Amino acid sequence: MTNRHFVLACLTPLLIFSLAFLALPLVRLFLASGEGEAGWAIYLDILRKPRYLETLVLTVLVSLATTFTALAISTTAGMFLSRNQFRGRGMLLSIMTLPLAFPGVVIGFLIILLGGRQGLINQITPGHVVFAYSVVGLFLGYLYFSIPRVLLTVMAAAEKLDPALEEAARTLGASPYRVVIDVIMPGLMPSLIAAGAIAFATAMGAFGTAFTLATNIDVLPMVIYTEFTLSANIAMAAALSIVLGIVTWILLLIARSLSGTTVAAGG
Amino acid sequence: MTLRLTNTAKTYPDGTRALLPTELEVASGEVVSLLGPSGCGKTTLLRIIAGLETPDPGGEIWFDTDNVTALPVERRNVGMVFQSYALFPNMSVRANIGYGLKMQKLSRPEIDARVSEVLEMCQLEDFAHRAITALSGGQRQRVALARAIAPRPRLLLLDEPLSALDAALREALRDELAILLRKFEITAIFVTHDQDEAMAIADRVAVMSQGRIAQSGTPEELYRNPKTSFVAGFVGNAMHLEGQVDKSTMKLQGGTLSLERDGTGHDVYVRAEDVLINSSGPLRGQVESVTFLGTHYRVAIKGIVPGLLTSIFPGQKAPKVGEAVHVSIKPNTLLLLPRSGAHP
Amino acid sequence: MFRSKTKLLQLSVTLTACAFLLIPTIMSVLAGVTANYFQGISSGLTFKWVYQVWELYADSIFLSLWIAFACLISTLIIGLPAAYGLARHPGWLSRVLEEFISLPLAVPGLALALALLQLYGSMKGFRASWTFILVGHVLYTLPFMVRSILAVLAAIDLKTLEEGAASLGASPWQRFRDIVVPNAMPGILAGALTVVTLSIGEFNLTWMLHTPYLKTLPVGLADSYASMRLEVASAYTLVFFVLIVPLLMAMQWASARAQRIAQ
Repeated sequence: MTNRHFVLACLTPLLIFSLAFLALPLVRLFLASGEGEAGWAIYLDILRKPRYLETLVLTVLVSLATTFTALAISTTAGMFLSRNQFRGRGMLLSIMTLPLAFPGVVIGFLIILLGGRQGLINQITPGHVVFAYSVVGLFLGYLYFSIPRVLLTVMAAAEKLDPALEEAARTLGASPYRVVIDVIMPGLMPSLIAAGAIAFATAMGAFGTAFTLATNIDVLPMVIYTEFTLSANIAMAAALSIVLGIVTWILLLIARSLSGTTVAAGG
Repeated sequence: MTLRLTNTAKTYPDGTRALLPTELEVASGEVVSLLGPSGCGKTTLLRIIAGLETPDPGGEIWFDTDNVTALPVERRNVGMVFQSYALFPNMSVRANIGYGLKMQKLSRPEIDARVSEVLEMCQLEDFAHRAITALSGGQRQRVALARAIAPRPRLLLLDEPLSALDAALREALRDELAILLRKFEITAIFVTHDQDEAMAIADRVAVMSQGRIAQSGTPEELYRNPKTSFVAGFVGNAMHLEGQVDKSTMKLQGGTLSLERDGTGHDVYVRAEDVLINSSGPLRGQVESVTFLGTHYRVAIKGIVPGLLTSIFPGQKAPKVGEAVHVSIKPNTLLLLPRSGAHP
Repeated sequence: MFRSKTKLLQLSVTLTACAFLLIPTIMSVLAGVTANYFQGISSGLTFKWVYQVWELYADSIFLSLWIAFACLISTLIIGLPAAYGLARHPGWLSRVLEEFISLPLAVPGLALALALLQLYGSMKGFRASWTFILVGHVLYTLPFMVRSILAVLAAIDLKTLEEGAASLGASPWQRFRDIVVPNAMPGILAGALTVVTLSIGEFNLTWMLHTPYLKTLPVGLADSYASMRLEVASAYTLVFFVLIVPLLMAMQWASARAQRIAQ
């Protein structure tokens, strides 16, 4: 067996697996989206029917809010943790990266513990404060999911930033505020855009968190799920999945071309 | 083992012709160097001999009476020392050296005995159990050599074996390598871009340029009788004298030189050590720069040829910058080469 | 040391974020070992709920461990040779293939699960077996394995090392076994820990692919959140934390190590 044949043989299991369980199923999903009553016009229905359009708008709004809040919090904390050495820094870093391994359902449950009927906030505040099952709860759940991921991206970028650039700006008379505007932010920008794209795509497709919290909220993953299981509207579920998949895929493609990171979506 | 290459060429898929059809014969026990600038095809030629590249159809490679053209590298029984050494970082020094023997399916005791023998020959006994990452550059080079010769290959191939070392170490290891290669009594081919290295180690040097062997011969032959201006320039840095040749005299900007024979239609070259500064010389120029190099000075003179002419000045008191000097060049030290378009 | 106003602001944002992430986690852990959550810790600490979880959900925990193990073996069998093949054949075709198998990182698990159900849902034997869930997990974790190994292989001069082994008489298979696999080990380790961690925590695909008789740990979690009292749900979450946190730490350590080698 020549070397070329050996290398090709090495790729064979991957080719077979991804053909059988990725390529063909996706093709089937795409075909299924056109098999409903509406035919291929189903993709227009998504924009024409208020129920789907409202879902789409709400999902995008919640995802955008998550993205910008996570960016603000994680950039601040990330810059702080990468630029300062103090006792307990490692501890703080561990706390902030621990949730990386939590699936969306668990995060949903944690939000219930915070803002549910038996939740912490309801117990320590006067009156009835329950937000876990509202858009606020969903937003907090997505935020919980995104903070560690954005933080890691920002910190990796901050460590690559040449400290000499900041020092040079300081020797040229720039105030700390100007240094942030003129040196640090431009240096971090590709990573921030990438991290933002990841957070947005993740929030768009988050199923686990929505599954626990959004029983009464129409966000895209929940609508796909209910169309499929309750209404048996397989064509619409497939069409929405295709739209969602393409959007998140393009966003993560942008993210990767800007920062080269791999962070799992989902949740 | 005798190596014979006939009509061997290499064209890459993008159309680059890395090697033009080449003939090469290496006698048993001979140490041959392939010398040339980067991109001249010397590494391609070596890799074709190793079996790491396939030559264009029509080329043939013979080891003694075996046609090995179609054999993959792992079945050619060649030893190879790579430029980066390619030592396996997951194995100790011993395991690296023993790897080829293991592939030959020798018994453990036999492998151990052979590895110890090679370790001793290359003075590596003290490092036998070290990790590769714990070795210095010079030690790595010796391990690479030991690993290549341990399986007793038919042919030893070395690709720029000293280029990864710093200058001082390179010179010391150059002589060591020359001695070791003679000790192994093995047919060897090594690729280098360093003429000093080629001359110090090889019995025969093949100078390569633009995908072909320009000239092949002993170091002395190449130095004294270069056949082309490229070889003259590359081996011993001969300088081109620009001037008007008329029968056996030559008019330069700074005076007239006499030639040994009729130089019509030839280019004239000279080496710096043959450019002599003495007050009775026929050429006049002005000193542009003086560089002290320990055993001698290197003096650059302007006004004799359109550019600068370099002279090696072995005396104690070198001329000063700006001083006018007389220069002589003995007719028998001038190299008369057939005129060609390109100068090095 | 945190004298300037900016630093104080940064610190307070950091601490608030930490509190937001940590407090519910601690609450969940405490609730899992509190006798009665409504009365608070004063009602006493107990392992009663953890035992109850064990009785109710031990099967799902073992199924998750088994699937994670099978998933690891599958991703190794598919991913290790594939990473080698991609590393040895860098070109647009390899890039496209790598991009394609990375789709499950971007496309939500829900969509992938729907796709699998559309194509294989009618194959009853396959649909109802644990291998159907396994396929989903392999689909999702494979890109992590491939990329982790690929990053390490791309950093070493694989081609020359292999040529070295070939010149010593090693066949392609021997080179793979003696040179490629040992040198890829840091990447394999990091990839393996990532695969196991992600497989044990995978919910999005699994929820769609599972059957009532085959519940994995996260599926059981969702189940307990919906139908069990808070203490049991918390105790189950605690069991999950005990499993996943050491794995996460090992994974982070191994990934950092592999990354150091890759640089």
